[in-house]
Amino acid sequence: MKSVKVYGPGCKRCETAEAMIKEAAAKLGIDVEVEKVTDPKSIAMAGVMSTPGISIEGKLVHTGGLPKEDALEKWLQG
Amino acid sequence: MTSETMAVEHGRQNLNRLLKWWTGLVLALVAWGIAYSQLVPFSEYVTSLLPVARDGHTGEAIAFFFYDVPKVMMLLALIVFVMGVIRSWFSPEKTRAILSGKREGVGNVMSASLGILTPFCSCSAVPLFIGFVSAGVPLGVTFSFLIAAPMVNEVALVLLFGLVGWQVALTYLTFGLGIAIVAGWVIGRFQLENWLQDWVRDIHRGAAVQAAVAVDRLDHVDRLKFGIEAVREIFGKVWIWIVIGIGIGAVIHGYFPEALMTRIMGADAWWSVPAAVLIGIPMYTNAAGVIPIVEALLGKGAAVGTVLAFMMSVIALSLPEMIILRQVLTLRLIAVFVGVVGSGILAVGFLFNLMF
Repeated sequence: MKSVKVYGPGCKRCETAEAMIKEAAAKLGIDVEVEKVTDPKSIAMAGVMSTPGISIEGKLVHTGGLPKEDALEKWLQG
Repeated sequence: MTSETMAVEHGRQNLNRLLKWWTGLVLALVAWGIAYSQLVPFSEYVTSLLPVARDGHTGEAIAFFFYDVPKVMMLLALIVFVMGVIRSWFSPEKTRAILSGKREGVGNVMSASLGILTPFCSCSAVPLFIGFVSAGVPLGVTFSFLIAAPMVNEVALVLLFGLVGWQVALTYLTFGLGIAIVAGWVIGRFQLENWLQDWVRDIHRGAAVQAAVAVDRLDHVDRLKFGIEAVREIFGKVWIWIVIGIGIGAVIHGYFPEALMTRIMGADAWWSVPAAVLIGIPMYTNAAGVIPIVEALLGKGAAVGTVLAFMMSVIALSLPEMIILRQVLTLRLIAVFVGVVGSGILAVGFLFNLMF
């Protein structure tokens, strides 16, 4: 089970990012637990300045805009 | 296949891909140019299809609508695309690295300018604010960024350019930047770090600055895709405002009595500038909705300064943004922010009414 966090105040792109993560994980057969972090303080303290930000197993892998699909798969596998 | 032929094959595919995109881009530009040159015949043609007298009020309003809507949409598509591509070279993280530790003055100028170029969404204003401040970007310099980023944006500039003229667009750009620089500098002079919310003050320097995220390498095609994505996103957000705004503008064009407008928004009515700023604060529409109306008001004899002040107030001093910033700023600091930016807008309004 991999823990994934999506940082964002709940904008549309944050939701899209969450859906992309779930889809990619399902495709790769990886078990993930996606948590949405919407509190601006926590978002800021994680070092995210542009949303959505994505962290996998506590490591920030992406900030700002939607991730590329192939990159997302690589992060999930890594 | 040996690894060498594979590499060659990969290189060729890449070249094909680049070629395809660039050809597509050139073709799209040519099509754009042809369509743009046909805007007047198009609007005349559409108007002639409708059962109205071309030179009556209604005919005038309809022709105006069918000329302005496609024109503004086309200009917007082009410029938003170009800005999307340019912005692919910038990110809040890079901007922060440039600004951190900069002195006030120079810092304010750079910050306001980077505010135009850095991708920014008001939904991440709070994380951005904290990210800046905790990385050692001075408070006033951070404010310059936060004022310029929403106020001086390509949507506002394109609409001003397309509907009112390049002179007013350039004026808006210059004075918008000016207000962001000066207001940020003034706020910095006040040394109001104590007026941040407690929890923001308690963040240790550097606490919110994490190891940089590995940045994806972008090639030309990725950057072009960024541009297309920007066009799609902005259009999804603003097209309805443009249509409504130009619709209202068309009605003003066709029907609104000029004498009344000159009396309430003309240069002689000094109180109209502060009134315009006050009315603008609770109004929350983006540039796309307000500028077509502005254009129509100008055409009916409203003074340039009054109209500029109104527009800047609507865009730069918005209630929703203040509510977002309330999470990091105390009410006192928000009041200073509104006071300083509002004074700047007032000054610009009065100055223009005097000059023109």
